[in-house]
Amino acid sequence: MEWFNALLADNRIFTPNTIAFYWEGLVTTTQLVFLSLLVGLVLAVPLAIGRSSRHRWISLPIYVYTYVFRGTPLLIQLYIIYYGVVFFDGIQETFLWPMLREAFYPALIAFTLNTAAYTTEIFRGAIKATSRGEIEAARAYGMSPGLTMRRIILPSAFRRALPAYGNEVIFMLHASAIASVVTLMDLTGAARFVYARFYAPFEAFLFAAAIYLCLTFAILFFFRWLEKRLLAHLRPQSG
Amino acid sequence: MLDLHGYGPRLLEGAGVTIQLALLSLILSIILGLLTASAKMSRSWLLHKVATLYTTVIRGVPDLVLMMLLFFGGQMALNVLTDMIYDRFGVDWYVNLNAFAAGVITIGFIFGAYMGETFRGAFMAVDHGQIEAGKAYGMSPWLVFRRIRFPLMMRHALPGLSNNWMVLLKTTALVSVIGLTDMVRVAAEASRATHEPFTFLLPVAAVYLLIASLSEWLFVRLQKRYNVGFGEH
Amino acid sequence: MKKLLTVSLLGLAIAAGTAQARDYDHVRFGVDVPYEPMEYRDADGELTGFDIELGNALCAEIGVTCEWIEQEWDGIIPGLLARNYDAIMSSMTINDERRQTVLFSDPYITIPGAWFAPAGSEIEEINEEALADKSIGVQRGTTFDSYVTDNYGGVANISRYSTADDMVLDLQSQRLDLVFLEFIVGQVTLLENHEGEYQVVGEMVTEPEEYFGEGFGIAFRLRDEALAERFNEALATLKEDGTYDEIFERYFGEE
Repeated sequence: MEWFNALLADNRIFTPNTIAFYWEGLVTTTQLVFLSLLVGLVLAVPLAIGRSSRHRWISLPIYVYTYVFRGTPLLIQLYIIYYGVVFFDGIQETFLWPMLREAFYPALIAFTLNTAAYTTEIFRGAIKATSRGEIEAARAYGMSPGLTMRRIILPSAFRRALPAYGNEVIFMLHASAIASVVTLMDLTGAARFVYARFYAPFEAFLFAAAIYLCLTFAILFFFRWLEKRLLAHLRPQSG
Repeated sequence: MLDLHGYGPRLLEGAGVTIQLALLSLILSIILGLLTASAKMSRSWLLHKVATLYTTVIRGVPDLVLMMLLFFGGQMALNVLTDMIYDRFGVDWYVNLNAFAAGVITIGFIFGAYMGETFRGAFMAVDHGQIEAGKAYGMSPWLVFRRIRFPLMMRHALPGLSNNWMVLLKTTALVSVIGLTDMVRVAAEASRATHEPFTFLLPVAAVYLLIASLSEWLFVRLQKRYNVGFGEH
Repeated sequence: MKKLLTVSLLGLAIAAGTAQARDYDHVRFGVDVPYEPMEYRDADGELTGFDIELGNALCAEIGVTCEWIEQEWDGIIPGLLARNYDAIMSSMTINDERRQTVLFSDPYITIPGAWFAPAGSEIEEINEEALADKSIGVQRGTTFDSYVTDNYGGVANISRYSTADDMVLDLQSQRLDLVFLEFIVGQVTLLENHEGEYQVVGEMVTEPEEYFGEGFGIAFRLRDEALAERFNEALATLKEDGTYDEIFERYFGEE
């Protein structure tokens, strides 16, 4: 602990004050990523089912949505929502404004719509890959299409989607770095502040990079653990 | 016709910057990716470690943070170096990273790590018998690489390559944050000045979609070409 | 395709060069625009403002040509160190934090900071209580940022912007309750350009010196002492012969 104190006393950048900035940044980043992933996930399940539908009037609009949100940079989506909401006449007088005026909610909306689009496609792929045999077995058993979806297709699709979804979570964490562009003090925002105040790019950004790296590893290990548990039955039996 | 308040030409210029940036970074990332893949497959312990460190760290940190680190930090490192030369020799030698160069280098560097993983997987998937056959034919290692390993590898690498390219294309938008005047920056500036965000941001989004769709079409054709001789896959 | 690549490769060519430790005959200034009336573009797109005119007059006095290079605020000192330009003349407050990285000329003007809010704002004075949970806009990395962060960071929400433009837009859209910036800049950008929509809140802020220093200075690279000295001498001359007052009055009236 002594060397740590000495280290702190010796530098002008990592004061308790700036550490507090990074800490708040970490909290903001975590909230933003966690909430957008959660809502995105909830949206993506019905969207993926709709996207797999045989009726084009259901699947086509969802396809257009995922195509647009996956085909354009998140930064543009964020700008459109952040600057766009302001120019709806009278938005400042509505009950929504107290939320929309904070940078947090426009960012949350943009991130949620973005991750929901990617997650929808991941799930759709997983649903499509369900083996015919399983579905036929369910049908032979007299299950209704709804029940088949709930009991047979979705559970196995979720498992199949797990590795790809893990990547999406990491992508979202990294993508959230642009929140600082619309004044949010997330981890990257904290780093930009420290950089601008002390002109110390290495200290400011390396510190943030190290925290992101740790978060990435934590997510990686969590999903590996989850895969091991949920996909155990798919591994070859040994001994 | 869209009324672009006189921002039309600048937007077009910005689109040019975006496309050049994307293509140059793609080339750089493919070169770095091939090097990384070879390093990872090499028997040298050190090369393997360095390549693993590179791909792990790069893929664990947000693009924007790396970009700022390399752009701001890279310049500072160069300054320290050139200041030392000035103090020692009295020669004012300077190197100036412009935002475009920094953008290409950073994006290329970041996607080199992703390309490395793609290429490694693809090289591993190449049937070893084909390489043996080439060797037995008396081909030099370089010739084996050019005639056999590379074309066969590309067949496996194309889907990953296509995916990386799509992500790379969208990543170019981030350079607007470090000060390069690409089309996103022009559009954001114009939206703020005119208070009409949709007029500028939506067309720019459409340009990205257009490029993405064109690339998709191109990759499907490439895929067909590299699959010649393998039947329909 | 080939042509496109050639063109981009030219653009990529990293500017590098050498020069002997030199006597400047051409000085490049870094400046963050717009910051009316200190530095901005007039209706014809010409760069103008107090800094620009004084800078040009100083160059003329010394006998060097000068050039203005635009640079966003949060990259303005790094740009100087990277030799993108040779000096910064962009309403930069002299303070100790910056002295570690750059060399300042003598102060050439002192302008207080001030708080601006929409007309009819309920905020009447500036203290921790009044600012509790308010959203305050500042430009990232400025002395105003440091001052607000250190004094009200605990109670208020502080939004940091890369340019003054973004900040004003968010004040207009009511995302911000207050902005804190140079009085004179707020006066022109908010009070004059949007008459009746904004008001000054509380007192002008000139203290403590730790933040607001001795005023604005021209910043040079630490080693360019000779150049800074030439500018200091020229500044003294211009103040004596009345040129300085003339430029001052053109922008700020008689005060």
